[in-house]
Amino acid sequence: MRKVNQKGWLFVLPVVILVAFNALIPMMTVVNYSVQETFGDNVFFWHGLGWFEDILKSDRFQAALGRQAFFTFLILIIEVPLGVIIALSMPRKGFWVPVCLVTMALPMLIPWNVVGAMWNIFTLPDIGLLGYFLNHVLGVTYDMTQNPTAAWITIITMDVWHWTSLVVLLCYAGLVSIPDAYYQAAKIDGASNWAVFRYIQLPKMKQVLTIAVLLRFMDSFNVYTEPFVLTGGGPGNSTTLLSIDLVKIALGQFDLGPAAAMSLIYFAITLFASWLFYTLMTRHDVK
Amino acid sequence: MAKITLDKLRHSYMANPSGPQDYALKELNLDWEDGGAYALLGPSGCGKSTLLNIISGLLVPSEGRILFNDRDVTTLPPDQRNIAQVFQFPVIYDTMSVFDNLAFPLRNRGIDEGRVKARVEEIAAMLDVTEMLKVRAANLSPDNKQKISMGRGLVREDVNVIMFDEPLTVIDPHLKWKLRSKLKELHHRVRATMIYVTHDQTEALTFADQVVVMQDGEVVQIGTPVDLFDRPQHTFVGHFIGSPGMNVLSCEVRDGGAFVAGHQVSLEGAVTVGAGRTEVGIRPEFVSLSATGLPATVRKVSDLGRHSVVEAMLGDTRVNAIVEGAVPGQGEAVHLTFRPDQTRLYCDGWIASEKGRAA
Repeated sequence: MRKVNQKGWLFVLPVVILVAFNALIPMMTVVNYSVQETFGDNVFFWHGLGWFEDILKSDRFQAALGRQAFFTFLILIIEVPLGVIIALSMPRKGFWVPVCLVTMALPMLIPWNVVGAMWNIFTLPDIGLLGYFLNHVLGVTYDMTQNPTAAWITIITMDVWHWTSLVVLLCYAGLVSIPDAYYQAAKIDGASNWAVFRYIQLPKMKQVLTIAVLLRFMDSFNVYTEPFVLTGGGPGNSTTLLSIDLVKIALGQFDLGPAAAMSLIYFAITLFASWLFYTLMTRHDVK
Repeated sequence: MAKITLDKLRHSYMANPSGPQDYALKELNLDWEDGGAYALLGPSGCGKSTLLNIISGLLVPSEGRILFNDRDVTTLPPDQRNIAQVFQFPVIYDTMSVFDNLAFPLRNRGIDEGRVKARVEEIAAMLDVTEMLKVRAANLSPDNKQKISMGRGLVREDVNVIMFDEPLTVIDPHLKWKLRSKLKELHHRVRATMIYVTHDQTEALTFADQVVVMQDGEVVQIGTPVDLFDRPQHTFVGHFIGSPGMNVLSCEVRDGGAFVAGHQVSLEGAVTVGAGRTEVGIRPEFVSLSATGLPATVRKVSDLGRHSVVEAMLGDTRVNAIVEGAVPGQGEAVHLTFRPDQTRLYCDGWIASEKGRAA
């Protein structure tokens, strides 16, 4: 029999331990809670898949998931095209390049809860710059603390303001990597602006755009801080996204089992959707 | 197909050029015949790409005109000039098939699909890429990609000129030769005016009927490969073309003779010398080792197989000689003789001796 050197396991061990302690064990704790019921005093009973069933069937979860999906859908449909358009209209060389880049990067440097607080104050109807202007100068009734539509418009605008830059910067990086020769060749070949975009810019941006879409999907699907600081999930439950609802159940009501089950469902959805996006966007790639 | 005329062309990248040193391209008057194969040869930064971009319309010259068949096209954009250009790095449309790549320039001009198909197939056959037509262009090897970019230039029947901007830079050495002969063959078949820009003398000399040698934004000589080798009009041409290049030795002209390191050297013919710096130019092919002549010491001998290059020191100046057969050893004292009818005199870089009557 061939002798197998087993020393290799020793080299993998540190990584295994590291990953176990910062990901696997915490994750398994959540799995553990999700299949048990407790009445306090650290006494637990086996509950099987009961919590999962309850969560999936509950109107509250379905509504939050619906709001979450709607939020993410709006974010992607606005930020991705807008980011591409802004990146396309940015200068390729000269004095304005750094100016544009820094301006674009600024919103992303602001901490998430500060963004929430900023937009909260900015849009308050009586004291906020925007809120006051809309209500008292333009005469439009706009109150994101009372009106669900206004609240939605505000959280979407805030996220677009905060994160479109990410798409812009990634796309811009893809665009500047295109050699001038491509544009010159296209000019000589008589290509229209649309053809240049379709056959040169878009293919060259595709890889970074895939990453941009994935990042924006994951971040917007898991968003918590900004909408929580801005609206706290209100008015009513109109802006209670999945993450906000999850925190309410886990820390507000301290329902460990349902919260754990919901976390796992949440995680599974994010994972599956990311996989789907990635597979769909890279299916034509050259091996 | 077209005749190309450059009329008092000058270009500067500065807004207000104040003197000749501010021009990337110094005044140029040139006629390129319809159907000719031309090469623009010169080191990096000599202005050849500037000239190319002016012809293709990517750049508008600061002064002068450019005419295609006597029609002024100076300010026309590239797509209205009916030209084609092949770039240093192959430009292909990754997401399209080879067929769509070749059809792209035709479809953009609204040519009907039947004609497009016929024409693409014809060009593909010419380039030996027929079996690749359905392949996605991104999957091709660099030399095939470059063939496709050439094909996009050839596919339009009415192109005035096809320009090649150092097209073989990224091609593997063993494929360079193949692609170069393909290009030459294509030129014979389509008879389009072709301009080939390169800093590689072999590429220029093998491709072109006429080579334009440039240096510092200036054309120093236009001629056939034989002209450039035989009678360089400028020491730069002598030095740039040939391997190794021409020996350029500073000399003193007195009593109607030229003296290198104190020894008289006989020249090809009569000289007209002004006040400037004088030099003798002799190609290594015409320097021989002999019993008498200019005394020198051998510094290095490189064996190139068919012949050897002997590097000898004549005082402080280095002289290369191409020697067939037995070669001296390093450090050996030798005597050099220059073949008189191949020994030229240059004054301030420009040729100052005439063929014929010995001086």
